[in-house]
Parts: sequence; C-alpha cells; structure tokens
Amino acid sequence: MTAENQSFQPKLSDSPLVVGNHRLSSRLIVGTGRYDTMEQMRASLEQSGSDCVTVAVRRERLYDRNGQNILDFIDLDRYTLLPNTAGCYNAKDAIRAAKLGREILRTLGNPGADWVKLEVLGDSRTLLPDPTETVVACEELVAEGFGVLCYTSDCPVTAQRLKAVGAASVMPAGSPIGSGQGLLNPNNLRIILEYLKEDDPEYPVIVDAGVGTASDVSAAFELGADGVLLNTAIAHARDPIRMSRAMQYAAMAGRDAFLAGRIPRRLYGAASSPSEGVISSRPYGTLGKGDQGNSQSGEG
Amino acid sequence: MVEITVNGQAVNLPRPMTLEEVLKRVDVPPNYLAVEVNAEVIPREEHSSHSIGNGDELEVVTLVGGG
Repeated sequence: MTAENQSFQPKLSDSPLVVGNHRLSSRLIVGTGRYDTMEQMRASLEQSGSDCVTVAVRRERLYDRNGQNILDFIDLDRYTLLPNTAGCYNAKDAIRAAKLGREILRTLGNPGADWVKLEVLGDSRTLLPDPTETVVACEELVAEGFGVLCYTSDCPVTAQRLKAVGAASVMPAGSPIGSGQGLLNPNNLRIILEYLKEDDPEYPVIVDAGVGTASDVSAAFELGADGVLLNTAIAHARDPIRMSRAMQYAAMAGRDAFLAGRIPRRLYGAASSPSEGVISSRPYGTLGKGDQGNSQSGEG
Repeated sequence: MVEITVNGQAVNLPRPMTLEEVLKRVDVPPNYLAVEVNAEVIPREEHSSHSIGNGDELEVVTLVGGG
C-alpha cells in the first residue's frame, strides 16, 4: 500500500434521520401489521435494521386470536414506536386515536409518546387520503403538541399545505397503501421534494406506502427522500424476513447513491477504457459524433 | 344497576365504580391500555379516582400491528 493510499480516508457516514424531536439511525421505518405470526414480525423488524416501528390503535380485540399482545414482541428499549391513526376517515377520529396512542406510549415510557403518523383516509378502495381532513387534523394535532408525520398523496399542493400547518414530516405515498405498485409518479415526488426543501433543505420528506420490492425503496432514496415507511412489501413477501433484509440494503444503497450523485444520462455511449492504443481498427473508419473526448480510463 | 357502554357494547355494572375497577374486568396489563370516557382520554393516574356512572361511554384501546 502506498503512502497516498494510506492517507485516503473515505467519508462514508450518513447523518441521522431527524424528524421532530427524534433522531433515527436507520432511514427505514417499518410497519408491524399483516404478519403471519408475532415471531415472524419480530424477526423481520430485526432484519430491517430499523429503530422505529409504527403501530395502530384499536379497540375490541385486545388480544389477537392467539391471545398475544404485540407489545410483548417489540423491544421497547430498542424501538421508538410511532403510533398511527390508520383506519380513521375524519379529523375528529384521527385526533382521538392520536391522543389514545400518546396515552399508551406515555404509560409505557416510550419516547414515541410525542409524535404520531397521521393518516386520514378518504376512500376505502384506494385508501387515498382525504386532503381536507388531513390538513385540519394536522393543524389541530400540532397545536396539541404532537410531532405530526403526515401521510398524504403525491399532490405537491397538499404537501405544501401540510408543511405550512406545521407537519414535522410530509409523507407522500408512492402508490396506494398495500398496492405494491412502487413510485407511480416520480415527477410529483420530485416536485414535492423540491418545494418542501427549497428554503429548508433539512425538512424531512418520507415516502410512505406503495412499496412493492427493494428497488422501489432505492428509487425513493435516489429521488432524494429522507426516509421510507413500508409494511406490506415485507409482511406479505414469500419470505418476509429475507425481504426485510433486502429493504435494509436497498435503503442503504439508494441513500448512498443519492449522496454520491448519479451521472448524467447520455444519448451516446462513453467508453470507460482508454481509446488510445487499441489493437483493433474501427468499423466504418470514422469517429461518431458521440465518441469525442471519451478517452478517460475507468472501470469498464 | 349502572348501564354503560364499553367499545360499543352495553355493559351493566352492579354499582357505580371507579374506572380502575371497571378495567380490572379486562385481562390486559394496564400500561397496554388507554381509555376514553365520553371521548376524553383519562390519564392512567386518574383511573383510581375517576367515577364511572350511568350512561358513560368508554373506549378501551391498545396497540396492534399496523402500517
């Protein structure tokens, strides 16, 4: 190893994901629903590398069908819980669910007591959010002292409204919840990222919902998302535990690719190996217009 | 007889009780629960002093898996 090599110190660390009062070492937030068993869920959470998991507030079925409570399968010293208002269809119910979630987390002593994932649905088939009710609920929960992570559609106008009323993070959907369609409108996500970060580059935007497989997670990070929240793509994979690990790697890969900066797309090829000293003659005898100034050596 | 509603179901209590006494009928650790009485969250510290009377509507919730 040369002296030059020894002095080269790569800087590969990343900043934490900061949302409200929370600093998360993993940029992946995972859901806890739809697993076959609690044991499978616990192992999947482990493989995701996440330090934040979201949970729902529900009445009636105090135990699951096997007599288990999810809180016996989540290490509360390790994970920050993010209570959500999933299943609420108006601002009033979402606010009640948020307050109930806060009360449970407060009595558990979990740091997640001060925030909530706000989800106010507007349509039971698409599970798309009701933008009006979401804005109303967000504003009131912010006034109540919550850090509000707001599930929304990929509409840039709604995203701006939510930030304006104090959302700690705006969380646009890649595609409908549980649909596995990935990022249907990357252009809208780009616009949301651009608008919300224009004068506030640290403002966290988290892509929430729609992920189908690992490459969707990478794509979200490559667009510039600060985090990704997903559930079904892991829980309903044929092998959830392996898919969870894939999601961890995809998040790291996508985030690193974003920080590293992709090369511009070119119409023509650009040789990675030197064009000088080639032992072969070229067909047709002339340089093409796209073959100028491409004598840099590289990995190809 | 005291008639109340718990999670949408009619429940009869033999006498007025504190919220804590009502919750003892639910077999879940108390710190897994949050309770609303008439749409207001009652903090756990107040369960032993909060009286439940005729017509009160209780919502007893816990956390479940979700995304």
